[in-house]
Amino acid sequence: MNFTLSIWRQSPGVPGKMVEYKVSDISAETSLLETLDMLNEELTLKGEEPVAFDSDCREGICGACSLVVDGRAHGPGKLTTSCQIFMRSFTDGQTIHLEPYRSAALPVVKDLVVDRTAFDRIIQSGGFISAHSGPKPEPNSMPIGYDELEESMDAAACIGCAACVAACPNGSAMLFTAAKIGHLGLLPQGQPERDQRAREMVAKMDEEGFGACTNYAECQDACPKGVSIKFIGRMNKDFAKAMLCAEDDRRGSMDVN
Amino acid sequence: MELNSKIPNVPIQEAWRTHLDSINLVGPKNRPKYDIIVVGSGLAGASAAASLGAMGYNVKLFCFQDSPRRAHSIAAQGGINASKNYRNDGDSTWRLFYDTQKGGDFRGREANVYRLAETSTEIIDQCVSQGVPLAREYGGNLANRSFGGVLVERTFYARGQTGQQLLLGAYQALEEQVAKGKVKQYPRTEMHDIVKIDGRCRGIVVRDLMTGEIQTHAADAVVLATGGYANVYHRSTNAVNCNVTAAWRAHKQGSVFANPCFVQIHPTCIPVHGDHQSKLTLMSESLRNDGRIWVPRKKGDSRKPAHIPEDERFYYLEERYPSFGNLVPRDVASRAAKKVCDDGYGLGETGFGVYLDFRDAIAKQGKAAIEAKYGNLFDMYKDITDDDPYETPFKIYPAPHYTMGGLWVDYNLMTNVQGLYAIGEANFSDHGANRLGASSLMQCLADGYFILPQTIGDYLRDIYQQKIDEDHPEFEKHADAVSAKIDSLMNIQGTRTPLSFQKELGEIMWQYCGMSRNATDLKKALELIPKLRKEFWSDVKVAGTKDSLNQSLERAGRVADFLEFAELMCKDALERDESCGCHLREEHIHEDGEAKRNDEKFSHVAAWEWMGEDADHQLHAEKLSHEALKPTTRSYK
Repeated sequence: MNFTLSIWRQSPGVPGKMVEYKVSDISAETSLLETLDMLNEELTLKGEEPVAFDSDCREGICGACSLVVDGRAHGPGKLTTSCQIFMRSFTDGQTIHLEPYRSAALPVVKDLVVDRTAFDRIIQSGGFISAHSGPKPEPNSMPIGYDELEESMDAAACIGCAACVAACPNGSAMLFTAAKIGHLGLLPQGQPERDQRAREMVAKMDEEGFGACTNYAECQDACPKGVSIKFIGRMNKDFAKAMLCAEDDRRGSMDVN
Repeated sequence: MELNSKIPNVPIQEAWRTHLDSINLVGPKNRPKYDIIVVGSGLAGASAAASLGAMGYNVKLFCFQDSPRRAHSIAAQGGINASKNYRNDGDSTWRLFYDTQKGGDFRGREANVYRLAETSTEIIDQCVSQGVPLAREYGGNLANRSFGGVLVERTFYARGQTGQQLLLGAYQALEEQVAKGKVKQYPRTEMHDIVKIDGRCRGIVVRDLMTGEIQTHAADAVVLATGGYANVYHRSTNAVNCNVTAAWRAHKQGSVFANPCFVQIHPTCIPVHGDHQSKLTLMSESLRNDGRIWVPRKKGDSRKPAHIPEDERFYYLEERYPSFGNLVPRDVASRAAKKVCDDGYGLGETGFGVYLDFRDAIAKQGKAAIEAKYGNLFDMYKDITDDDPYETPFKIYPAPHYTMGGLWVDYNLMTNVQGLYAIGEANFSDHGANRLGASSLMQCLADGYFILPQTIGDYLRDIYQQKIDEDHPEFEKHADAVSAKIDSLMNIQGTRTPLSFQKELGEIMWQYCGMSRNATDLKKALELIPKLRKEFWSDVKVAGTKDSLNQSLERAGRVADFLEFAELMCKDALERDESCGCHLREEHIHEDGEAKRNDEKFSHVAAWEWMGEDADHQLHAEKLSHEALKPTTRSYK
């Protein structure tokens, strides 16, 4: 198969633009990222700069790959990441447009690579259960219902790829944030820090410059792991409750310094 | 050089407790006076950094990914072992120890393996308390499944995403410490060297992958949690950026490398389809719980699998290994697949594939039950191959997956370089010559949450008040050497890409040092690799500039190290003139094709010391003790 790849090229300090490249003799079972690998081999030999793009596991779980393919985060397929797009899903001779995520909170670093460290900072603001390493109670002393656990797992499946932000007209990170609040808040272990988690993660998300949710639901559509927007509703409920019943922050420091 | 494993001279059941009671500790008031560097953010690195930060140490964490959450532990699918005995099927610490030692073909270190088994149950408790959603039964208790090489159900799981959930638990604990200021993280930063001063490891040299800046970082101890080296084969189940660089550069500074030839070839991966394929995708071993592996009895049978009647199907694992059947250990399953394919029974055009069939399981349990257990794996397979495994069997073939070899460590997990530790897959660890399924997650978390945080104090107490910072001239010297190496890569400007060299090396390794090995092939590889390395250093073409994000340069540096490491791997495989676990030497097999160990000559850890660019490696053999468990011929029949 032959294709024209129209790719966003951008270097630090230089305005970006779309550049067209021809690729030929691509087999149908080749993946889109492998096609980019092949293009990069050609560019390298020609003495041109290869296209920078993020990828690592190439099996849809690490969340590194992050392309906007023909205008859609992770491409047109359902429940797939950019690394799971195969050339058989395109028409021979077609032009394929590849762009980075575009959102103020996820600045472009180079070509198709964006900076997603804002997601780490959202997790730092409360996306955890404080549990110092060491002996812990027997897990079966706290049974967790099958459905409850599975629902928590539905949210925990998030891979932090940020396709939700790229797909959202508002550049909102609510699906990502809600997934973590939902995962931990649905479990009994997550209850002691539940209010504080909702308050602080939502505040952090706003502070990082992500937009608000106005129910487009594009995030759910783009999510490679099918995380549901019902978790956003759940987060809003947790947030409202936490704000209404805000208690004094009694947390001291248990640190030793 | 003398390798001292520091294993307490007591029965293995008492070793860990005895050791803990006898080593030095650093008190909570003093911990903030120490700086520790952790390289790598997978299960081992993230759990270690989080634990050390929470104890009060100052930690710096480095990873090449854009976030610590993306380290390749995330891709582990099937599960994590722990001897909880929830199924009431006779499990115990001893049984897990026994299975792991036997699975590793008695080439693991007894005391380490026993400690791993002892720690296993605590890991589950720890992870559940962090909110890791391990699967539950309807009554609310934790669920189990079984994995290869054992007769009990002791594997805990979170759908087919166990590694992801465990890693996110460790990552979240890590981010909590980042928020508290106890850990500072450096994503998109790659380690290029360790810095040794007066025989102790006192820091590292890194390259900021975004700006190309070479930085130095001093510390009181350095922990390498940088994973394995299966990408020496180019195509493996590892993430495309996994590499041996950190471990190899530490090795060149004196850290000895143990058992490099021990590589696990995983039996259930999607077969290779073309030259441009960048990686091989693993299908979890858990599929072997319900799937049946077979090939047609007739060579070149081109009928659709559904049209081949029962008596014309060769269920070769069930026939050859009636008691373990499809759940034999990975090395045995991989070799059996290779054998039927080499004998001409393999599937499709390439002849390198066998069926993994769920027809019977679906008929017996219903599609819904199978979907609940393996749904995401079935979907993943369909996405990649365009075949629906609910309708037609999976096609699978073995692929490089995990490396049991790694940096040599003592019982404290410290390498022979004082102050340099190696944890997780990066050390030579506890898996002997073959790792059992669901044991790598267990080992990474045992090392990171429980073992290293308790043993590191023993060393730190010893170097109290010997502070060194980045102004020490050794740092500049190492940074200059790193810069010079990068310059020389950039300046070659030859005619071949770094990837083309990695592919060629991968083919050499797969052909001559792959699933089965012999002296002739290994000697051939030992001729080819130095030639290829020479060509690389005269003809590689690295694109772009060194002062910005440059993935071509990143790859070139990693391939350069693989080209050196591969030679050591072949040397080790040649030197180990026996078959054991994953390492099958064709000269040493039983009549039934099983591996034939030579305990008299090879019951040791082969630890290789770097003697300089132009000198041969020197071998140090650490004799293995078999006091608790006498080696027997492994049988899964």
